[in-house]
Amino acid sequence: MEFSFIGKSHLRVDGKEKITGSAKFVDDLDFGANLLYAEIVESPHAHALIVDIDISTALASPGVIKVITGKDFPYRFGLYMQDRYIFACERVRFVGEQVAAVIARDPVSAKRAAKLVRVKYQPLPAILNVEDALAAETTLLHPELENYQHVPWFFPAAGTNIAHLRKIRKHDAIDAIDAIDDTDAMFADADLVLEDRYTVPRYAHCAIECHGAIGLYDHAKRLTIWSASQSPHTQRNLFAQALAPLGLTHKDVRVIAPCVGGGFGGKAGVSMEILAAALATTVPGRPVKILWSRAQEFYNTYQRPGVVATIKMGVKRDGTITALEQNLYWDSGAYVEYGSNVVNAAGLSATGPYRIEKVKINSYAIYTNLPPGGPYRGFGYSEFIFGLESHINEVAKRLQIDPILLRKRNAIREGDQLAYGAKMNTNGLIEAIEKVEQEMDKMDKMDKIRPHSHPHSLSQSSNRCYGKGFALFWKAPAMPPNASSSAIIKFNEDASINILVSAVELGQGFFTVMAQIAAEVLQISMDKIRVETPDTDRNPYEWQTVASHITWSTGNAVFKAATDIRDQIFTLISREFQKDVKDVSDLYLFEESVRSHSNPHFKVAYQDFVISGISMPDGTFRGGPLLGRGSFMPEFSTAISDPETGQGGKPNVHYTVGASAAMIEIDKESGKITIPKVVLAIDCGKAINPQLVQGQVYGGMLQGLATVLYENMHFDESGRQLNANFTDYKIPTTLDIPEEIVAIIVESAQKDGPFGARGMGEHTMIPAAPIIANAVEDALGIRIRSMPITAEKIVAALKHNLNRDLGPEPYEPYEPYPRTEPRPLSEEALAAPIISGQ
Amino acid sequence: MNKIEFMLNGEKIEVWANAHKTLLELLREDLGIKSPKCGCDLGDCGACTVFLDGKSVRSCLILVPEVNGCDVVTLEGIMRPNLTKLQQFFLDHNSFQCGFCAPGMVLSATELLQKNPTPTLEEIKEGLSGNLCRCTGYTPIINAVADAVATTVATTINE
Repeated sequence: MEFSFIGKSHLRVDGKEKITGSAKFVDDLDFGANLLYAEIVESPHAHALIVDIDISTALASPGVIKVITGKDFPYRFGLYMQDRYIFACERVRFVGEQVAAVIARDPVSAKRAAKLVRVKYQPLPAILNVEDALAAETTLLHPELENYQHVPWFFPAAGTNIAHLRKIRKHDAIDAIDAIDDTDAMFADADLVLEDRYTVPRYAHCAIECHGAIGLYDHAKRLTIWSASQSPHTQRNLFAQALAPLGLTHKDVRVIAPCVGGGFGGKAGVSMEILAAALATTVPGRPVKILWSRAQEFYNTYQRPGVVATIKMGVKRDGTITALEQNLYWDSGAYVEYGSNVVNAAGLSATGPYRIEKVKINSYAIYTNLPPGGPYRGFGYSEFIFGLESHINEVAKRLQIDPILLRKRNAIREGDQLAYGAKMNTNGLIEAIEKVEQEMDKMDKMDKIRPHSHPHSLSQSSNRCYGKGFALFWKAPAMPPNASSSAIIKFNEDASINILVSAVELGQGFFTVMAQIAAEVLQISMDKIRVETPDTDRNPYEWQTVASHITWSTGNAVFKAATDIRDQIFTLISREFQKDVKDVSDLYLFEESVRSHSNPHFKVAYQDFVISGISMPDGTFRGGPLLGRGSFMPEFSTAISDPETGQGGKPNVHYTVGASAAMIEIDKESGKITIPKVVLAIDCGKAINPQLVQGQVYGGMLQGLATVLYENMHFDESGRQLNANFTDYKIPTTLDIPEEIVAIIVESAQKDGPFGARGMGEHTMIPAAPIIANAVEDALGIRIRSMPITAEKIVAALKHNLNRDLGPEPYEPYEPYPRTEPRPLSEEALAAPIISGQ
Repeated sequence: MNKIEFMLNGEKIEVWANAHKTLLELLREDLGIKSPKCGCDLGDCGACTVFLDGKSVRSCLILVPEVNGCDVVTLEGIMRPNLTKLQQFFLDHNSFQCGFCAPGMVLSATELLQKNPTPTLEEIKEGLSGNLCRCTGYTPIINAVADAVATTVATTINE
């Protein structure tokens, strides 16, 4: 089908305001001379009881208006599980947690006074890793876990540090599902069983704009919050719920989100913003601003949780995967009100994009005394895909099958049963694999790698060697089944339109995509469309700007709103121009006017009626200001399933899939990796704006490459983060980018998406870790099972391999988990011919 | 409080300010110039880049007394009032996503081309390496500058 606006790389509708510095971020807003500033008092302990807080000295400090502690707001809140307070009450659970806040006339006075708040603690043992959290005689972080309210599809284990356990038990022969818990039976028909362990540390989002919020509680008891947020409506909901004891209802709470300077999940849900909401209520009539420093941005917002993954895979000699067992132990941090859904999402999808007969998955959300784990671009998938896609290469190596062929043989197809029983959606996975393979063939011909210093020989004289790595990826939006979107479109006098939605323009380009969708339906040029930043009082409901669901979900709402307004136009015009046109079906829209199929001379320009109404010969007018509305909810989705097997629900609306590969160059002396080329093919259903899709590939891939090559959070033995700044936590600069990134768009239409589109924003970082890990293995014959794969780690591994007889040092410290040896192939299996090709 | 006089975007400014105040705070809080952003307050990210006597500096690392008698130019000051040619290239390449780093990045790129109108790709990367961007992967930013350089070179040859 020929489109006028869809599938075209239109310039961003917000390009000019960003390029000129006109875009207003939350800290750019002015609040006048009455503005107050808040500074928090932070816990120095990872785990302690609060014995006493003495605020008297701080209160007497110059410029101080109020000092607030947990006693002032003893209210729990949380997105999926209400496990935290606005300020720590009775107990602190991570270093940096807010214990109190000082409100003062200026930031310097607030900071000075915050140091004068005296808090007496009784330290408790700090639990800093999942092993300690699960130990028999451990310390409980949340003794009241069983009393916490949570969504019905979470399963906390009272009396433990397990906040949620997502279990999946699948056997294609449904009667045999009980056999899945008997691990030996599950793997009985496999020719090869390989078991391993992979670890992923914590990471930081590092949006360049830090979190910030301003709260104003006016004397009429209206609470307005301006926040750098991905989730204005969810924030309003949680603020209204948490502060309901003060008499606030949803209509009294308003959240305004201006331009947001990057999110990546970090600004989803509610974190520090609730402080602005709560503090504002203590100083009626005066706005209160709270801004996070870069250090706080690291240790007191959500972090990407770490994970220890054990993977056991059974395969047939021909490469068919027969069984997969995965245990994912998530270091979910001090509070899991949002992060437990990362654990849930990963548990549902930890098979990766493969068709597997027998599946056993346990995904554990584990409380630790580290900052709260939460949403981060990829939402758990980047983490388990590192292990899974590394492991598949190891399996292929032992079967002596090409790893890409092994993947093709098991790649999931439309209609295949997912791990939780629902059916897989339409997808172009095979096409994506083949397109990436074509690019990989070109890699072999790249000038710089000739002569190809091939792998595995550590004695080769050259210090440089090259490797290629390949991986698949997939991801579904992780949302409550009723996560929904809505849109309003209103015409202006000149037939320009405003689109009111409450998704957030984080940079992903959704403003432009929404404008293109409306432009296509209404045949209005892009420069006559403005998309508004959200204000919960004025813009209609949106769940959150997360899960890569906006193009699909909000896009559907905008499509419906535009269709609604188009239908109103047709009804009005066919009624008032009965002599000129046949009926509604005779009409179409073209170049900002209404036309008729049967009457080529008929043309009514939008601007002649969309506000003013149609001017009649008798001086009256017909019609009136046109307004379109659209709502979208995935009514087929349900999160209810059997808690023991995960079977029976449809928790995921659809998956976006793809394939990726990298060519790397390693300097064996320094261990440094450089990347001549990366390829990523993704099936986004329909690329509404191909250049924006490409932009997500460039940005997401680099963010992912940084997680595998050098980013890493370091904590000391007391749980304090050691590198909470950009000097010590390195994020990539222009000097760290791959020499070439090839973005390939595959379009296998999503039937319920706007023009066939599905989301793709998060996905582009998901395969980055395994393509590098597999390329390192290809180049050096070394499998590194813990992220990040730093230069130091490569050099240590090379030294170890050269000096095997010297024992496990120095490689061992990087592999802290005992690994079982792979079960050898049976005699019969070895005798069987390898079936190759397909 | 110290009395400070300096030129800001071609306009003479006289302010009384505390000596511990940074140029970034002065610009944003007292003078309403919002294009320089605070991303780290430690000189790491480059979002607060401004020109001080023609050279790019991190305004979060400059104390107000240091600018006495100096010439300060922010992104607001390089547009008169239209987009510069370089900004137009950034616009045409959809170079930015969230846009928070854009003011600093535009100034660094402007300085780069002022110093060296025909940088190589490596020189472009080097010239922009002090400005962090988390969204774009830098490729569309580098491409815009490279395109600006190529176009300028082509125009010069044609002339």
